Amino acid sequence: MKAMLTGFAAILVIAVGANFLLQQAGFASHQKHSGSSVRLDVVH
Amino acid sequence: MRVLLWLLVCLTMAMPATAQTTPDRTATGGAQTLADIMARQNGEAVDDAFRRDNIGDPAGTPGVSHLGTRGGVSDPEFWRGLRYGSADVTVSAGGEVATVLVQDGGMKWLTFRAGPLRQYGGWLLMGTIALLVVFYVLRGKILIDGEKTGRTVTRFKAFERFGHWLLAGSFILLGITGLFNLFGRIWIAPYLGKEANATLLELGKWVHNNVAWAFIAGLVIIFVMWVIHNLPNRTDLVWISQAGGIVGSKHPPAKKFNAGQKVIFWSVVLFGASISITGLSLLFPYELPLFAKSFALANDIGLSGLLGLGELSETLAPQEEMQLAQLWHAILAFVLMAIIIAHIYIGSVGMEGAYDAMGSGEVDEAWAKQHHSIWLEEVQNSPSGKQAND
Repeated sequence: MKAMLTGFAAILVIAVGANFLLQQAGFASHQKHSGSSVRLDVVH
Repeated sequence: MRVLLWLLVCLTMAMPATAQTTPDRTATGGAQTLADIMARQNGEAVDDAFRRDNIGDPAGTPGVSHLGTRGGVSDPEFWRGLRYGSADVTVSAGGEVATVLVQDGGMKWLTFRAGPLRQYGGWLLMGTIALLVVFYVLRGKILIDGEKTGRTVTRFKAFERFGHWLLAGSFILLGITGLFNLFGRIWIAPYLGKEANATLLELGKWVHNNVAWAFIAGLVIIFVMWVIHNLPNRTDLVWISQAGGIVGSKHPPAKKFNAGQKVIFWSVVLFGASISITGLSLLFPYELPLFAKSFALANDIGLSGLLGLGELSETLAPQEEMQLAQLWHAILAFVLMAIIIAHIYIGSVGMEGAYDAMGSGEVDEAWAKQHHSIWLEEVQNSPSGKQAND
């Protein structure tokens, strides 16, 4: 049971970490397909 | 069989239209006729080569290249080039993706996703659950023969269980959010409202994109830990010949994993890997095109010919790459979900004592003897096993 809960906790940690890294990676649509000359309401 | 059918449909989408007998178009001067339009509207296959290839040929017609601002190409020819993606488009921003101005593959993708994918995928999951219910009613729970011994043996160590649950937990989250994504519009929005559906999808997208990494990590962990135990061997034949003891009361011998578990393992590894790779391709749009290269490989080794698919298109628009990645991702996910539903069944309500293996890691010796007799002997004869027995 402890291993199962540790596994589930790891999923949460990895997901939050991945979200942070993905935001830094610059692959969001507005970063890839828009520019500074475009007025865009970006919702993070 | 159904899976194969999906594969064929999916691959066929990337193929050019097959040649048919050329209809008479003299009345329209070679342009499309009412019959062409009607056939297309009825969803029939129309060989559009007469339009697709009719994009002007100034190089092959001496003296016309200096005529007109387009160098000997008429407006209709120019627009046909744009329509079929063969025009030489130069863009100042957006890269190769932005050079595709018209991409009708999107419509095929949409109709396949909203039609057969939802329909057959949904039926596959519902059918699997229904079959398991019928099986449970007919066969009941597979019980341990005789009394439990009260002595336990360690089946899975803590790290093995951690890897399993990392993979299992992430797969369930990905499966549920993936189904939200595919069915939300028809199953959630009409009942809970579009706002609720949108909120759920936004949350689901976050979960799907980020939990994917835990799934990939879990996949790598279980592969490294268990691949050695999942190589096929002769005991598998005995296990298969007795249908794993699921039907009847025999208990065929097995090592750490029996043939049924090996099928689950390789399904998870191979389908999971393909789902992960296409998932990465979708997560980083246009950065990791997979299908043109895969089709080229399939053509080279003769696989496409063997499957009767003819020559697969080796040139795909970036958008087509994404569309095929999404469909392949979803088709394999459905197949894997069906397999995992059966796995969850047998590991929980289907078999007495099976859950303990992944719960506490300790299984009763009677269970181990009945389901993994060779493995139990190996464990008991190992130095640590003998020590425990003394």
